[in-house]
Amino acid sequence: MADLEKFRNETRAWLAANCPPDMRLPFADEGDRYWGGRNAAFKSEGQRLWFERMAARGWTVPEWPKEYGGGGLSREEARVLRGEMRRLGCRSPLDSFGIWMLGPALLRYGSEAQKREYLPQIARGEIRWCQGYSEPNAGSDLASLATRAEDRGDHFLVNGRKIWTSYADKADWIFCLVRTDPAASKHLGISFILFDMRTPGVSTKPILLVSGNSPFCETFFDDVRVPKGQVVGELNKGWEVAKYLLTHEREMISGIGLGTGRPLGQVAADALGSEAGILADTCLRADIARFEVDSAAFQFALERTGDLLKAKQANPAISSMLKYYGAELNKRRHELLMTAGGSDALEWESERSRGGDAARGWLRTKANSIEGGTSEVQLNVIAKRILELPGA
Amino acid sequence: MALILTEEQMMVRDNARAFLADKAPVAHLRKLRDTRDADGFSRSLWKAFAEMGFCGLLLPESLGGSGLGYVEGGVIMEEIGRNLTPSPFLSTALLGATALLRDGNSARNKELLPKLATGDLLLALAVDERTKHAPSATALKAERSGNGFALTGEKCFVADGHVADLFIVAARSAGAPGETDGLTLFLVDAKAKGIDTERAVMVDAHNAARIRLDRVEVDADAVIGEVDRGWPLLEGVLNVGRAAVAAELTGLGEEAFARTLGYLKQRRQFGEPIGSFQALQHRAAHLFTELEITQAAVLKALQTLDGDFDRAAPVVSVAKARAGASATLAVQEAVQMHGGIGMTDELDVGLFMKRARVGQELFGDAGFHADRLARLHNY
Repeated sequence: MADLEKFRNETRAWLAANCPPDMRLPFADEGDRYWGGRNAAFKSEGQRLWFERMAARGWTVPEWPKEYGGGGLSREEARVLRGEMRRLGCRSPLDSFGIWMLGPALLRYGSEAQKREYLPQIARGEIRWCQGYSEPNAGSDLASLATRAEDRGDHFLVNGRKIWTSYADKADWIFCLVRTDPAASKHLGISFILFDMRTPGVSTKPILLVSGNSPFCETFFDDVRVPKGQVVGELNKGWEVAKYLLTHEREMISGIGLGTGRPLGQVAADALGSEAGILADTCLRADIARFEVDSAAFQFALERTGDLLKAKQANPAISSMLKYYGAELNKRRHELLMTAGGSDALEWESERSRGGDAARGWLRTKANSIEGGTSEVQLNVIAKRILELPGA
Repeated sequence: MALILTEEQMMVRDNARAFLADKAPVAHLRKLRDTRDADGFSRSLWKAFAEMGFCGLLLPESLGGSGLGYVEGGVIMEEIGRNLTPSPFLSTALLGATALLRDGNSARNKELLPKLATGDLLLALAVDERTKHAPSATALKAERSGNGFALTGEKCFVADGHVADLFIVAARSAGAPGETDGLTLFLVDAKAKGIDTERAVMVDAHNAARIRLDRVEVDADAVIGEVDRGWPLLEGVLNVGRAAVAAELTGLGEEAFARTLGYLKQRRQFGEPIGSFQALQHRAAHLFTELEITQAAVLKALQTLDGDFDRAAPVVSVAKARAGASATLAVQEAVQMHGGIGMTDELDVGLFMKRARVGQELFGDAGFHADRLARLHNY
């Protein structure tokens, strides 16, 4: 405990000395995030300094082992670091699917050579990854995926098509589910492979969404040659890796349930005014208060789940519960933000709306309960793996 | 602190679970109800509570207690909820003990608390006066009279009021109803002249009473806490009650859900267990999620009462609002998914539904606590 207090004091002092002032402000929009990668550019000198200082300590991935570019912190220390960063309002120095999704899967299933090759690159933000999971005919029924990787002796030849690939047009590499044994039953013939998006035969096409933005792409593979050493885990056992990674993806998405920015009650009070300290719109006030109850409870549930997992008292499928609830909560939050914002929030292209931030953000959240497994799929997982209901 | 039970707390839970399942399962409540028991609870069971160390749970060992905290109290409340056990545990061991311990009158505590620990003294908290919980609206008058005060007014929904030896009465000694200043707490003998107690058998077959006070004379030393400045103490005691009832509702909701889940696996229609139907699976999975999230909030509230008592208000309101709502969902789903048999008196789920309704109301329903949270956060 005394050591942890010492760590807290040192961390607090280090952050105060090293986090540039402009990196202590909330993200004004999604474009302010640093995603790394071969083509990355820093938006400001502060962003560069902040990223480089954090990366030098391994604090872009505080809990990963030092030998793979991490900070080597214990869970408690990492929690202290996150707490101190929150306290100071520090931005995340690096956002990355490599950190949130691929890294944990590599740590568990990767070969030593793969870990040494890829993990430090992720920690240093050198490679930006995308996820090749969904296909036009394999959405909720992901295991029915049809992208094939044929064994051609020294390499695989990959042909097929992925969809909803987040930022595929900006990514350097892809972690991808492919069918390596078409004769096996659907869960057993899948492998988890990694390859460079510059490989000949790879192409991407952004998909315009209701938000007017294109965070997702269609991704096409036309005779793409992938070296055989780039399979993670055992050949034809990629479904196990895929599922493990999905639990991390679900945890990542459930984090959005916490929301960011100013408390809803304050946002609404600024927009609508108050009478004697009570929000002028009393119906909205009640909705916001009920939301706040659920949102606070959800934050405690995230904390508790982490502690339960550490104490080995949690069912691994619990990530489905958090993903389900976090996604629905974030959708609710944005509905309330739109109600509080009124007609201002409907402005799509205007000076004061900063390019329709509120409306685009609201529309984006509708994907929360679809991506990473729909809410209905999460409920199926809970019914089957936790409640053990028949036939689920 | 990790948001899970420690090994010691798990032991308290396991002991309470085994003890209550053995001595006071739902059949125990049924029997008290069906025999129209005059006390509405079992005095021999209460003695056994004392022997388990539950009555003096919060008291220091020097006063015959176990020196434990609110997490342990909540753990026992959860088991009480699971078994629908009628017991003065909430009113006496948690609310009464908290009021007296936080007041810290050592002479009075030395006299009263050892009796509380041995199960020989029952207390009841008398706060509500109208049909919805609104402690700041307290109007029961405390007028200066001689060396002390004269109390006049009415209280309702006083849990265990008709069996209590002493009441803790919230009274208005100054100011107007609606104000938090001007409140004083008094310790009043239940048999004092001018008190009329009417037992109100509630829908859940648990105890409550209406009490009327007509110029009840009390000495100045009957005051708990400070004259006119009783609000923080009252809020503190109520927060304990809210978190404790939230814990009870958590246990109740989980038990109702466990029974429902068992029924979904066993009951067959259309040639299949009804739990194989996705319409029911999704509702069950949603309910599970709500209960799990509530459990985290309730434990957080209990831990905060132990660690940072004076700042527990927001998290206690989160816990009580959540617990009321999710227990309500659990019992409604229990009745619906059990179908026709869920409507019968013979099946226990109806008893769970009735107790959940009372627990939802006790010390503020979900709406009260959402409103309180909004006020605490200035909107």
